[in-house]
Amino acid sequence: MQNNSVVINDLSLSFGNVKVLEHLDLEINRGEFLVLLGPSGCGKSTLLNCVAGLLDVTDGQIFIEGKNVTWEQPKDRGIGMVFQSYALYPQMTVERNLSFGLRVSGMKKDDIERRVKRASEILQIEPLLKRKPAALSGGQRQRVAIGRALVRDVDVFLFDEPLSNLDAKLRSDLRVEIKRLHQRLKNTMIYVTHDQIEAMTLADRIAIMKDGIIQQLDTPHHIYNKPVNLFVAGFIGSPTMNFLNGTIENGGKAIKVDQDMISVHGYEFGGAVPANGTKVVLGIRPEHIALEDQAKAMPTSAEIEIDLVEPMGSDTLGWTRFGSHSLIFRCASEVELMPGKKMLIGFDTARGSIFDEATGSRL
Amino acid sequence: MANVVVARRAPAKGVLGWLQKYVFRNISAKIAALPMILTVLVVFVGGMLWTVFFSFTSSKMLPNTNFVGLDQYVRLFKTSRWNVSVENLLVYGSFSLVFTMVIGFVLAVLIDQKIRFESVFRTIMLYPFALSFIVTGLVWQWIMYPELGLQKAIRNLGWESFTFDWITNSEMVIYALLIAGLWQGTGFVMVLMLAGLRGVDQEIWKAARVDGIPTWRSYIFIVLPMMRGVIVTAVVIVGSGIVRLYDLVVALTKGGPGISSQVPATYVYDYMFMANNIGQGLAASTMMLVTVLIIIIPWAYLEFGGKRRAQ
Amino acid sequence: MTDTVAASSTLPDRAGTTASPRGPKPKPWFTTPRVIMYSILTVACLFYLFPLYVMITTSLKPMPEIRFGSIFALPIEPSFDAWVKAWTGACTGLRCEGLSPGFWNSVKITIPSVIASILIASVNGYALVNWKFRGSEIFFTVLIFGSFIPYQVLLYPLVMLTSQMKIFGSLWAIILIHTIFGMPILTLLFRNYFASLPEELFKAARVDGAGFWRIYFEVMLPMSLPIFVVALILQITGIWNDFLFGVVFAGFQNNPMTVQLNNIVNSAQGSPEYNVNMAATILTGLVPLIVYFVSGPLFVRGVAAGAVKG
Repeated sequence: MQNNSVVINDLSLSFGNVKVLEHLDLEINRGEFLVLLGPSGCGKSTLLNCVAGLLDVTDGQIFIEGKNVTWEQPKDRGIGMVFQSYALYPQMTVERNLSFGLRVSGMKKDDIERRVKRASEILQIEPLLKRKPAALSGGQRQRVAIGRALVRDVDVFLFDEPLSNLDAKLRSDLRVEIKRLHQRLKNTMIYVTHDQIEAMTLADRIAIMKDGIIQQLDTPHHIYNKPVNLFVAGFIGSPTMNFLNGTIENGGKAIKVDQDMISVHGYEFGGAVPANGTKVVLGIRPEHIALEDQAKAMPTSAEIEIDLVEPMGSDTLGWTRFGSHSLIFRCASEVELMPGKKMLIGFDTARGSIFDEATGSRL
Repeated sequence: MANVVVARRAPAKGVLGWLQKYVFRNISAKIAALPMILTVLVVFVGGMLWTVFFSFTSSKMLPNTNFVGLDQYVRLFKTSRWNVSVENLLVYGSFSLVFTMVIGFVLAVLIDQKIRFESVFRTIMLYPFALSFIVTGLVWQWIMYPELGLQKAIRNLGWESFTFDWITNSEMVIYALLIAGLWQGTGFVMVLMLAGLRGVDQEIWKAARVDGIPTWRSYIFIVLPMMRGVIVTAVVIVGSGIVRLYDLVVALTKGGPGISSQVPATYVYDYMFMANNIGQGLAASTMMLVTVLIIIIPWAYLEFGGKRRAQ
Repeated sequence: MTDTVAASSTLPDRAGTTASPRGPKPKPWFTTPRVIMYSILTVACLFYLFPLYVMITTSLKPMPEIRFGSIFALPIEPSFDAWVKAWTGACTGLRCEGLSPGFWNSVKITIPSVIASILIASVNGYALVNWKFRGSEIFFTVLIFGSFIPYQVLLYPLVMLTSQMKIFGSLWAIILIHTIFGMPILTLLFRNYFASLPEELFKAARVDGAGFWRIYFEVMLPMSLPIFVVALILQITGIWNDFLFGVVFAGFQNNPMTVQLNNIVNSAQGSPEYNVNMAATILTGLVPLIVYFVSGPLFVRGVAAGAVKG
């Protein structure tokens, strides 16, 4: 039995002269939760619509559960889809919303009832079945929308920014529910979002897209810690990664940033060690910067002056400068920070990322 | 909102305070709104009351205050011309409303199918709406003129028994009005419906496709119910237009042959300005008002009553 | 039609899948539903265009051609004689001056009526949105409902009113009437438009110390050009096409074009000249048609404006 649930093979899509997707390949394992993440206009929703069959592809193929569905109608692809605006049929009760597609396909009444019952149990929407969408809250509506995908009893679930219309509190609640649903059903799920928290928390693997091209496809952990290029590094993480421009020195043992030499000891280069004089960008996550005593233990440390303090509650962000670069670090909220205070900071380049300044790729 | 920016002086007492509170506050806005206030009070409310009031009098050449109770109404419904007018309006109105809505919706759906030359089709369907009823009536009068119009043209083609003499046939003349009315007004309803269709959330369509619902079923069971607002508005606009129907009759049939295509509006006009029987004209126009209220009140109840419930 | 991927390979072998569906689903140029759809649309368009065709061809034919030919036929010897006669010499009852006096009357009625109604309604809409006062919403609601009252109900009271004002049967009367009856729809139009502008803009101007008129002229007007154009289109076509008010209020010497057209065609004495009638009909329809074709989508916006709820 093959392990692939969805295979996208050399997919291209263009509207007139505008190329939205180009030669895109993607394999999604059975039972995997894959998140397509990227800024608006990166083609992630377009890709999902192609998988759903709502958009005709310009070139390439799509396989779902081993079947070539490139020319199939959406209903025949074995997919269920959940939309950002919920897209519930407003004049029908929740029950009819769930069952309408099944009725149209001519399924037996008993079967429909059984499926609706099961879906409403799973999603805990049984008390809502007789209501119309207008009488539901946003969270309830989205649950019904998920239910509509659920009753189709399909292999693959597609989510198109399903939580974007909800407020922050509901969003995090429903996020957990979707994760629980996935753990229970173990279906393949493809989930489009621009919210990196959703992506990090839900995904087995994340595909980060930009300009119709998948930049990196990997586990959330890897994407966060080993971003393949400057775009991914800057897109993931809040506050964003600190970037220090410099040049390789000492045969790849150090990076010269302004006048300071920063040791690269312990950093694993992906390929050959870059030559002296190569212009690079060193990326350090704000939480990887240590303070005071801990800083002394770090391979690189320096005294800086705090410019600005942003208390976030659970932790605190400090803004400072390192040579000509501005630098943000994150520390526990207990640490007393004050603008003007001089402190020692330190970091370990081995936990950071080094990118080629010219190509933006990880070195 | 505007109250916020009004300077909070100590409130003056007495007449001055009252003036300050109710008259001089926002005085520019009130002056600017004066034409509207006068129109509402004098023309709409005042005029309506005036008409209803004098419909109970025996006014002939000039309005007088000699009350005769319901006499004018009794006479009205004894006059065969009025009864023909009402009957005509009912026939014309029901057919016109149904056909305008159905044709308008069907055309809008067809145009919504990502067709080529969409704007050309739309432009052609709407241009009659830019023309006056007089122009509409006269063109169709010429087309339907049996001796030289469409009937003759078709007979010339070889179909000798073809008959299209509706404007001279007292049984059919109301349908002649109907054709001209549909020609003029369906484009407008099509445009309204199309705007309604285009306003439907695209994701609803996607959801319907994923659910495997055929397009025609999506239109009837999902989209049509969603367009309730547009449909109700169109019905109200088309409906109140039907009650007013006047120019088209004057231009196309002059109410003839005989009195067979008279409508209430022509009855009112003729009694007021030709027959110098103002009381009778006012009674007839009051009946028109009642008809419109029958259309408007349920609509207003639905629209505004619904809003109150939602709050 | 569908191929299954070989179970052993993770990625379908590209060379091996060329036979299976790839790229866009081929769509035939002609499908039955499409053909039916375009046929219906074409038939509908022929129906809508037919009167225009008949109007133009008839107006270009000499009378014998009309009498012996068919209304489908194109003119054999097209001539503009009928147009000239319609403009300068067609008879309405006793006078034979053609349509031109009616045209100029319509111009004299339309221009001031359009300006007056738009000015009043725009200020009105602005006051209703930004300077609400006690009762302003009630007046507005009654105004909108007032627009549904059949004109016949208000006709005689307005005759009395204009007589009292000593303007009945003059240009003043007809301008006043058009301003009154244009008010509901135009006020709605402007009110909705001004309500869609950011309220902060108005508040900022207030804080800067600007008053009612200054804000209207210096903040609102410059941002409202499109809606003024929509109102202009709506009013030009509406007033030009009016018949009832013209015939009642304007007075015989000021009869607008529609009234004169109807008199020419429907009260013709002697043998009717259909080519002249049709030429006159086109001439009367020309102004709104030009407005329609030039303005395009704005016209649509205008006619839909009444239907969009506030």
